[in-house]
Amino acid sequence: MRTDPRETVLRRTVAAVLPPLVVLSVVIGLWYFVSYVVLDRRRQFLLHPPHEVVREGFLDRDNLAEILEGVWSSMRVAAIGLTVSTVLGIAIAVLMSQAKVIERAWFPFLVTLQAIPILALVPMIQFWFGTDWRARVLVCVIISFFPIVLNTLFGLLSADPGLHDLITLHRGGRWTRLTKVMFPSALPAIFAGLRIAAGLSVIGAIVGDFFFGLGDVGLGQLIRKYSLNTNYGEQLLAAVIMSSLLGITVFLSFGALQQAVIGKWYDSKSGGGR
Amino acid sequence: MTFPDGTAAVADATLRIDPGEFVTIVGPSGCGKSTLLRIASGLLEPTSGSIAIERQHIGYVFQDPTLMPWRTVRGNVELLTELHGLRREERAEAAQRAIDLVGLTGFEDHYPKSLSGGMRMRCSLARTLTMQPPVMLFDEPFGAVDELTRERLNEETLRLFEQQQFAGLFVTHSISEAVFLSTRVLVMSPRPGRIVAEIGVPFPYPRDPDLRFDPAFASISAEVSHVLRAAGS
Repeated sequence: MRTDPRETVLRRTVAAVLPPLVVLSVVIGLWYFVSYVVLDRRRQFLLHPPHEVVREGFLDRDNLAEILEGVWSSMRVAAIGLTVSTVLGIAIAVLMSQAKVIERAWFPFLVTLQAIPILALVPMIQFWFGTDWRARVLVCVIISFFPIVLNTLFGLLSADPGLHDLITLHRGGRWTRLTKVMFPSALPAIFAGLRIAAGLSVIGAIVGDFFFGLGDVGLGQLIRKYSLNTNYGEQLLAAVIMSSLLGITVFLSFGALQQAVIGKWYDSKSGGGR
Repeated sequence: MTFPDGTAAVADATLRIDPGEFVTIVGPSGCGKSTLLRIASGLLEPTSGSIAIERQHIGYVFQDPTLMPWRTVRGNVELLTELHGLRREERAEAAQRAIDLVGLTGFEDHYPKSLSGGMRMRCSLARTLTMQPPVMLFDEPFGAVDELTRERLNEETLRLFEQQQFAGLFVTHSISEAVFLSTRVLVMSPRPGRIVAEIGVPFPYPRDPDLRFDPAFASISAEVSHVLRAAGS
């Protein structure tokens, strides 16, 4: 049975894209339904119809500029926070992997600190450090640091014991062991931690901004500003949509990064194809 | 050899292997043969007794291929040469020679995830061969592959043995594999293991695959089997 390859690719693309598109249409349809039918005229500010959200939020030049600046500000803070978390997190994990006593000493603290809700810490950070960009970055670091340390540590310690034996048999030193065996073994876990941390960092940037309420205006402050005044209904939705898009983009980007770096050899089903 | 938790793994084992000899150790699971091998390689310190072995280059073939998934076949085979500080040209040359020896030519740029079990084992073997070790220790390396592949790998191991003339110590729980490969078969009792018998295998090298069906082969295998049973497995 012969099929034209171009036709198959087309068919497969349609099969992949069509169902979600249908769901999206249904969602938008429901949105319109709620906006026009469920809500009476007086209460329409609760959920403006999609085309008005697009018109006021994205097509109005000033509003769009305001929202984009918010996105940019939040993204900067999240990016810096993530970078600090990554460097610090990996460094600490490496240290812990090298000496059992360090691991035993620090591990309980890490697990406990991870459990503290970030919202409880934000007011304290504001109290101690103010509201400038360093305080915001601190919020991001605190929220995104733990997945990186714990995942990296787990990855470093889960290297194939046979590979460790090989290094021992051929008198490899501690550095050799770390660079040739432990770190590459840890890459899949590091990327998993990175993906989680990236998303959390975005949340940290928005939440920190929301609570601080001062300084460089990011998405958090915009959302707060829009939510306090019913006139900004469309912009509120637009800001929320933008925040979501930011989170999704970050998630997909780190997925692509993982694929680019370890995709060639990492077989997630068999855990690495040993 | 007694482990810290009190497990007595190996009770008493004295053996001597000369270059050009291929010795197998057969024994039931858990009798301590792998432990003995690890002691011989230096990975484990015995609680009593001593080893005299040319420590410089020992080839150790593990039960699992133990490949690095993030390296290609070539990258994996070059590992030991890297650890021993060979120059890039030397590393490449040694690796290619070993890859050709085990029959993996053409697969140099493949990653382990796309190799079959037998091919991964060959890659592991190639890695060990790059340093041309005078002593080769094998820890049940072919247990995880299917029988056909196993027989082929046995034949290739013998070919390598004839070429490289290393002193081989091979641990297995397959009697036919033991008899086919070795000049001597040592039988180990259940834990705590001791060497209870030594059976010579007089067939000359190179050995024909059909040797497995020779009546003399069968009678030696039978002798090994009887000793194993008598030892209480």
